[in-house]
Amino acid sequence: MDFLTDPVTFISQWVQQLLINLGIPEITAAQILPGVGAVILPLLAMLWVIFLIWYERKIIGRLQDRPGPNRVGPFGLFQPFADMAKIFTKEHITPTGADKVPYNLAPILAVGGVLGMWAVVPFSATVFGIDINVGALYIIAVGSIGTLGIIFAGYASNNKYAMLGAFRVVAQLISYEIPMVLALLVPVLLSRSMGMNSIVQAQPVWFLVVAPLPALLFFISSIAEVGRSPFDLAEAESEIVAGFNIEYSGLKFGMFFVGEFLHAFTNALIFTALFLGGWQGPGAEQYPILGFVYFILKTLVVHFLGIAIRGSMPRFRIDQVMQLNWKIFTPIALLSLCSAALVEKLAAGAGDLVRISLHVAANLVIFGVVILVGTKSLKERNARLDDLAASHRSAIHLVLGTPHDA
Amino acid sequence: MTLEQIIFLIIAVVILLASLFVVTAPKMIHAALWLILALAGVAVIFVLLQAPFFAVVQVIVYIGAIAVLFIFAVMLTRKAMQDTGSQLNRYSILAAVICIMIFGALTGMLLSWGGSATLLESGALPADSIADLGVALTDPNGFLLPFEVASILLLAALIGAIYIGRDRSSGEGEQ
Repeated sequence: MDFLTDPVTFISQWVQQLLINLGIPEITAAQILPGVGAVILPLLAMLWVIFLIWYERKIIGRLQDRPGPNRVGPFGLFQPFADMAKIFTKEHITPTGADKVPYNLAPILAVGGVLGMWAVVPFSATVFGIDINVGALYIIAVGSIGTLGIIFAGYASNNKYAMLGAFRVVAQLISYEIPMVLALLVPVLLSRSMGMNSIVQAQPVWFLVVAPLPALLFFISSIAEVGRSPFDLAEAESEIVAGFNIEYSGLKFGMFFVGEFLHAFTNALIFTALFLGGWQGPGAEQYPILGFVYFILKTLVVHFLGIAIRGSMPRFRIDQVMQLNWKIFTPIALLSLCSAALVEKLAAGAGDLVRISLHVAANLVIFGVVILVGTKSLKERNARLDDLAASHRSAIHLVLGTPHDA
Repeated sequence: MTLEQIIFLIIAVVILLASLFVVTAPKMIHAALWLILALAGVAVIFVLLQAPFFAVVQVIVYIGAIAVLFIFAVMLTRKAMQDTGSQLNRYSILAAVICIMIFGALTGMLLSWGGSATLLESGALPADSIADLGVALTDPNGFLLPFEVASILLLAALIGAIYIGRDRSSGEGEQ
């Protein structure tokens, strides 16, 4: 192993050799190393958030035709450090009547749930936390712990707005988990494995090409899972003041935002691993560090898309969010999962090219059907609304006498 | 004692205490929170049994969905924040007697069985237990029939919930 091509493996082997030379038995040394990794990986993730905050504020700023942070350090790079120092010094306030244990547990769960996902992300061919054979499901399971954190916050704050925010989150997150899991099952089906490493290795052709529709569903559902614009109903300032985190102050408040920023980036990581071939790229097998670079670059592109959507879309209404999920996403996800399974079975003996084109064709057919049905129901709805408006107008004319608009 | 046994004992104590608090907690929402701890403990037991699939499903289904819905339902009740009055009703003594009888009967049966005292042979685990599970659930010689019966049961529950939840006071076809 060379330091330049695979630094992490090199260092870990060096440390292991060092421990053995110090007289520690080999088995114990092999147990210590994952523990060290388990400390370092979340730490790096938390530090990475500092960069993410700057990256996101800068992009949102540009989207809104302003420079973004540009005073502290070059390009405003040190702005998050200043903000961090500020938030560390702020006072912690616990509201009267708060349920202490869940109140303090909530920010921890909100961040911990996201950090847990990093355990199964394959960063390169050789660097990953652990390769469990249920990795894809594990991500969903750990994600639901973050939901718990938000519910704890909403309930324990003893505040009506916090409670309302938590209600919205529960409705939204549980609903969007369904199309997300169904879309996630398509890569699992295509790669015949739930382990994240095997899913990445099964992608000489990106699953985005093979299954574009599930990829789109997964991307949008994952935005809804983080609860960012246009799905940021949980913290709709104009309706419920600030949502579930209204009673939090200081670093506890900051933790929810660390959790949110990290969750958005982690979802981009997972999307890249599932649909964009993860660390795959030219030379990634021989030089794992190249794979890591590819992985982060792809992820930053996906993350940028998420931020661009956040910066440019207005917020949905709660009924629109629910309709989008139950009437559009869930049926499409079910259809595309069934079609993917069917195509895999039918094209079992055929070559890769035939198989992939069949998959793409099936996706296109489903997409066409959705567009057709969608436009038809939209037309009917508009006609109904026109009728309603017309009857209201005539009622107004009846009362007022003269029509104002001809 | 191996590390595995120590973890098992700690988790077992946590599960038992949490389960006890589920029924004794004065606030309903606290009962739901203790239930989450107990369910998480069961997930750890699954991990110790080298069944990661069941551990993950335990977290997704029981903690991520069922416990969250419990909390949701409790938060919608009027007494979410406080609970006053006695937790016992007049049948408490009768209930205690029946519980002790059932507990005694079960303990007696397990003691007379003797199988709990002998260690199981640690057979080789199948390399891909999830694939085996998937095949077993869809194999006519496996568990196809029970699996489908369970699905129909759940479907019936779903239809029943929609029927109860529908607002019949307003006209047909309304949302």
